[in-house]
Amino acid sequence: MILAEKWALIERFLPQLWDGTLVTLQLVGLAVLIGLFVAIPLGLARASRHWYIRALPYSYIFFFRGTPLLLQLFLVYYGISQFQVVRDSFLWPYLREPFWCALITMTMHTAAYIAEILRGAIQAVPPGEVEAARALGMSKRQALQHIILPRAIRIGLPAYGNEVILMLKASAVVYTVTMMDIMGVIRTINSRTYEYELFFMVAGAMYLIITLVFTQLFRLVERWLKVDASRQSR
Amino acid sequence: MPDLQGFGPALLEGTWMTIRLSLAAVSVGLLFGLLGASAKVSNNVFARGLGGFYTSVVRGIPETVWVLMIYFGTVSAFNALGAYFGYPRFSLSPFVAGTLALALCFGAYATEVFRGALLAIPTGQKEAGLALGLSNWRIFYRITLPQLWRVALPGLGNLYLILLKDTALVSLITLDEIMRKAQAAANSTKEPFTFYLLAAGIYLFLTVFIMGALHWFENRANRGYVRTEL
Repeated sequence: MILAEKWALIERFLPQLWDGTLVTLQLVGLAVLIGLFVAIPLGLARASRHWYIRALPYSYIFFFRGTPLLLQLFLVYYGISQFQVVRDSFLWPYLREPFWCALITMTMHTAAYIAEILRGAIQAVPPGEVEAARALGMSKRQALQHIILPRAIRIGLPAYGNEVILMLKASAVVYTVTMMDIMGVIRTINSRTYEYELFFMVAGAMYLIITLVFTQLFRLVERWLKVDASRQSR
Repeated sequence: MPDLQGFGPALLEGTWMTIRLSLAAVSVGLLFGLLGASAKVSNNVFARGLGGFYTSVVRGIPETVWVLMIYFGTVSAFNALGAYFGYPRFSLSPFVAGTLALALCFGAYATEVFRGALLAIPTGQKEAGLALGLSNWRIFYRITLPQLWRVALPGLGNLYLILLKDTALVSLITLDEIMRKAQAAANSTKEPFTFYLLAAGIYLFLTVFIMGALHWFENRANRGYVRTEL
């Protein structure tokens, strides 16, 4: 097949590829945003000095970081339907939809990683600054809100950016539960055209482009939040 | 203990396959990583460009895509190659394709780990080697490599744990490892939760075991060194 023909073939499927891209972006975007909110209490509890508060987030993080996302996805999508209670509950209309299962799994998965990033960031806040805040008469809560969290966000942001890109790549497995994300669309096109080499390369190129765009975006955000400046003053 | 309905041995076979796959991939991947890092720190502009291209392209594309691409995307190429030598049905087995794909991804990340480790070795040692009249290869083999291992080990350990979880993706190209065995058991017993949870338990067990092994290796590699403590 000559190049022009290949391009014509890709062009024919552009609308579907675009839809797939939107599904991927939607899933990843929602997962990393909601995941951040789930991760905040997890990360705070994980950094606690009491072992009984640490224990629960620790086991959560251990489970979600120690098993493959594909397995977690199957556990949620196929697994929980094993229980009659779940099938009778009001949640069933959501839990039988691949979209919600994929979103729930990805959110819980990424929350575990983000919680670890948060814990690392919180523990990297110089203790002198926290003590200074306390000495100025801030309550523990105020110190957390005005000193520790803004500082931790800047320390953890580069790692959070990496996590978003890792989630983007990890999201490629959701086609196994019939989601029509980039990979889902590519698989459908492949079974119609048999052009496996061509369309897997297209998939790779699409992910690569999204990765590059994300990297640049995070670089901008880092500049906007002056991540470098806070690093120098340490 | 849940009733496994006779699927226990199958799951054990799957576990063994996962272990074999991860070890095969890590061996090839370490080689890729060493080659990549050598290319990236080399004086040759072309080699540096190639190394940079390798890490940025491979790390920007999902592991799932690599696994599927290497398995399905090479069929016609290998058929053509095989036909040339008289084996028209020649193609990659799921094991070989999975090993290559995972090694490729592991290697790209390992390149960065090795590069960091290479830069951590004082250049004075290399110069000392040159002054003693050692060849470049001998300097690498006798001076750099033994120290590289010690510096790179923690990073490589993390990458190996990631690789272990990525082996589940090879179930998508029909290799009978834990994930696929659990899937088969789940389908025929209609108890998906039980078997997927069991598979998760196996992955966690392997993770803990590897973490212990890495700890032992790190201690061994660091004997004779004083650890920086805060």
